[in-house]
Amino acid sequence: MTCRLIQHGLLTVFLASCVAALASEPGAATPTTSTTAPPTAQPLFANVAIEARLTHLSRELRCVVCQNEALSESPAELAGAMRQEIRDLMKAGKTDPEVLNFLTSRYGDFVLFRPPFKPVTYLLWVGPFVFLGFGVLVWFMALRARRTFKGAPVNSAQLAAAARLLEEKP
Amino acid sequence: MKRWLPLVFFFVLVGFFTKGLFLNPREVPSPFIGKAAPTFSLPVVGDAQSAFSPADMKDQVWMLNVWAPWCATCLVEHKLLMALAESRTAPPIVGLNWKDKNREAEQLLLRTGNPYVAVPDDLSGRVGLDWGVTGTPETYVIDRAGIVRLKHVGPIDMEVWQNKFVPKLKELGA
Repeated sequence: MTCRLIQHGLLTVFLASCVAALASEPGAATPTTSTTAPPTAQPLFANVAIEARLTHLSRELRCVVCQNEALSESPAELAGAMRQEIRDLMKAGKTDPEVLNFLTSRYGDFVLFRPPFKPVTYLLWVGPFVFLGFGVLVWFMALRARRTFKGAPVNSAQLAAAARLLEEKP
Repeated sequence: MKRWLPLVFFFVLVGFFTKGLFLNPREVPSPFIGKAAPTFSLPVVGDAQSAFSPADMKDQVWMLNVWAPWCATCLVEHKLLMALAESRTAPPIVGLNWKDKNREAEQLLLRTGNPYVAVPDDLSGRVGLDWGVTGTPETYVIDRAGIVRLKHVGPIDMEVWQNKFVPKLKELGA
């Protein structure tokens, strides 16, 4: 109970300090009314639509330098150049599939995080389902074996031994 | 037999993983192998007036070595390239100077020797992008018909040269 109270108290203090910090920040308390944005807050990108497409597309692409990173978040210089290239292609009116085609023709399917469905990747795509099917088959076979289990054959000597055990007083 | 099945399955998996451990993730298959080399025209280092284009190497087997003065690994590789060029055991090597922002290539080649027949200057990296370059050094072998036959990512050492390049060059009749 006291623990909770302390938690609440701490949270309140923290929030209050946040509000205070925000309020004391220059300019934050008085919203600017001018229509021209100050130089530091200019839109980073000239074309918002293209940037949205770029962000969306580059999440699906592999950075070829740091191979497990998406192109969208890689800080590598080459990734920056590739993003710029994609941007230029989009500005030139290329569609998303055309851009992907441009990249795969240079770097191969390796740049795609989602490899295309073709003979070399059949096993990759279908494999998990094959394994699942195999598992289900094994499961059904085990179930059927259990259902049709008639019990092990028992001879009369074993039955007599069991009866003796049951009659024994503990 | 049935009880050994999981064990067999386990060892098959171990086999796959062991193989995977010894694969080089940098060794990405190039989509250009067996395709025409991308064309370009770039000014040459040391002589900005003249330009180099892959068409200049027509009817001969040649190698494109992507390097940069800021690339330490290239400097290591450079020694072998020098030896190859001096002994004339390699086909002509063209050295694509990739993203040399500090403009150091000319000085460096004067100082350490120049194994290249031409050094096209790819300042923006645009041509490298067209060739699918992921970093320096990278080396391509192009045949007489202008088809890319081999791509090697990383430095060439004696072992790579003997096992990868020499057989391929022999096959191409260089």
